[in-house]
Amino acid sequence: MSTYLGMPTVRPHPDTPPAAPLRWGPSFPQAARQTLRDEQLRANLRTATRTIRDKRRRVTAELGDWEQLRDAGAAIKADVMSRLPELLIELEANVTARGGVVHWARDAAEANAIVTGIVRAAGAREVVKVKSMATQEIGLNDALAAVGVDAVETDLAERIVQLAGDMPSHILVPAIHRNRAEIQEIFAHRMGDAPPGLSDEPRALAMAARAHLRARFLRAEVAISGANLAIAETGTVAVVESEGNGRMCLTLPRVLVTAMGIEKVLPTFADLEVFLQLLPRSSTGERMNPYTSMWTGVTPGDGPSEFHLVLLDNGRTRALADELGRQALHCIRCSACLNVCPVYEHTGGHAYGSVYPGPIGAILTPQLLGLGDEGGPFGAHDPTGSLPFASTLCGACYEACPVKIDIPSALIHLRERALHPDGGHPPTATDLAMGAAARVLASGRLLRLAGRAAALVGRVTGGRPIHRLPWPGSLWTRVRDVPGLPRRSLSAWWRDRGSR
Amino acid sequence: MRIAVFATCLVGTVMPRAATATVRLLERLGHTVDLPAGQACCGQMHVNTGYGPEAMGVIRNHVRAFAPVLDGRWDAIVAPSGSCVASARHQQADVARRHGDGPLAHTAEQVAARTYELSELLVDVLGVTDVGAWFPHTVTYHPTCHSMRLLRVGDRPGLLLGAVEGLELRELGEAEQCCGFGGTFALKNAETSAAMVADKADEIVATGAEVVTAGDWSCLLNIAGALDRRRTGVRAAHLAEILASTRDEPWQGAAL
Ligand code: SF4
Repeated sequence: MSTYLGMPTVRPHPDTPPAAPLRWGPSFPQAARQTLRDEQLRANLRTATRTIRDKRRRVTAELGDWEQLRDAGAAIKADVMSRLPELLIELEANVTARGGVVHWARDAAEANAIVTGIVRAAGAREVVKVKSMATQEIGLNDALAAVGVDAVETDLAERIVQLAGDMPSHILVPAIHRNRAEIQEIFAHRMGDAPPGLSDEPRALAMAARAHLRARFLRAEVAISGANLAIAETGTVAVVESEGNGRMCLTLPRVLVTAMGIEKVLPTFADLEVFLQLLPRSSTGERMNPYTSMWTGVTPGDGPSEFHLVLLDNGRTRALADELGRQALHCIRCSACLNVCPVYEHTGGHAYGSVYPGPIGAILTPQLLGLGDEGGPFGAHDPTGSLPFASTLCGACYEACPVKIDIPSALIHLRERALHPDGGHPPTATDLAMGAAARVLASGRLLRLAGRAAALVGRVTGGRPIHRLPWPGSLWTRVRDVPGLPRRSLSAWWRDRGSR
Repeated sequence: MRIAVFATCLVGTVMPRAATATVRLLERLGHTVDLPAGQACCGQMHVNTGYGPEAMGVIRNHVRAFAPVLDGRWDAIVAPSGSCVASARHQQADVARRHGDGPLAHTAEQVAARTYELSELLVDVLGVTDVGAWFPHTVTYHPTCHSMRLLRVGDRPGLLLGAVEGLELRELGEAEQCCGFGGTFALKNAETSAAMVADKADEIVATGAEVVTAGDWSCLLNIAGALDRRRTGVRAAHLAEILASTRDEPWQGAAL
């Protein structure tokens, strides 16, 4: 809640900019406790996710071959992962042959060093950016700022988030946590060249952003983008977007730098047929996105005369090594899984403490960072280790995912990894309790005894609902009763009626 | 038919009325019912919480208890729970294989192939939709996530409920939204779970129904717990309890 003191009142989310964009803040349950209190956020999310969810359902239902398209997408991605090295080398060869320069970055630091080096060599003090998850993930804007370069996000929502000093809370609509009154305030106070008396009418806000951005497009020497996909066979890189800001960035400046996760490569140009249908319908719920830009190396007299492609690993080969978990690399960042996720809808993206929120974030973030293995976080109580547990396993994400990533199974697998780290660890109270439960649940006799004990309690309490239990039962009884226990156990009932 | 009832660990200990209802319903339809003594749990809670290795003993016990179906002791196994059947069908063999027990995985698959969720057994195997039940109440149905997305029971529960005499079905808003139970999720992420079940309770109250039903007591425990806490007066009944209810033996809620 904001208070009006005549000063800018919009405070950044989270309060302090995180040093590590891939993982910040406390564990998921703790972070969610905070975000759940924000009624405004919950209302925004509810409306926004439901609207986009319905749109997606409509446009996917109208394609008779939608399920086959999903199968094709999944199959192409599985093929890519099985021969990623050779495809990347093919991509490099073809980009190079067409006049582009390919750079390989093992991690965020290497990628940032490469990009800042290129920008400085070009002599630019300001760069324009196309919305990109890869550059978010490595914290590129901060790295550029550290060498005196101002990186201007040109996607409207991304610019809002940048001016507010926020972290994104959604893959596709990063400012989903802001309403238009807040946006008006952010523009008026932080944009620098907002028109006087700016109202919070959507059109007024859009026009202000347009004028603000246009000036920057026209003077930019260098643009930085991500990539939705790249074709190994031809060396073609593609960006899919809605606002036209991407097209401006990709065509106007002299130098173009694209940072791309290595998993984004596709074998052949024909594969576009599948992904250019899957992506817009799953992400914005449109039949086709307004702008699809593709470029292959450099073309004299047309567009940037210098093109750099930075291939980013940053934990991806680590994820690739996990047979079940590697599915997370199939993700095309459509955000459909966020929009259908009941947990995301309630907690919002910031609870996940990563630029990758929602169901995909819960399986991708821990794998990029490493989970339960050397160098990575340790156990389910580590902030990153809590992410795979941030799901009811309801399966809505799997049902929506255009490339059929079995997120629930991956979550279960990562839970197991988080709880059984390499080299073991001393058992926690939960480990001991679950071990004891496993012994009871592996025995018909012991479970019958448990049933009789429950019936005993049922008789003592008169079969009435229980309103309060000691911890950990209190976690349940804080908002729910425990329905009354039976006064007679199942085994007693079965025995007394005799076999018929 | 000879049918073995897998009560499930939760129903077997704290909600036996769903199991007794299943037994009475099937006997009324003319079948011979057994409640195998060795049964306990399918292993789902451990597997889903990340205790796969610890779940192995639980799975082994389950498969041992129901393996006689393979020798013809019973014609089918039924459970009043979509998520436990889904676990038997989609998890047990996988877990066994990953933890190096191929033979167990093989037997688990065969046993699972003869295991049905209640509405599946009634509609697909026994071929009935009108089970002769009487339930003079307004009812709303919550499709539990695992019944809906893992088993794809689809409209089977609706067909069964639709044929119940006296029952008036009220459509539930945002029905496909998870109730927030998620097993240990309800404890590990208590606040988020509470917010989710609050929404579900709101939608149920909005239908004006007297009774909420579902195919899983686990989800119902969560939903009913929230409804009771708010003193809404809406009662919870498992699908089996509604189908078991007749004029002679009407539903009595908690009584056993
Ligand atoms: S996991 Fe699937 S649904 Fe989620 S963002 Fe990635 S591609 Fe889209």
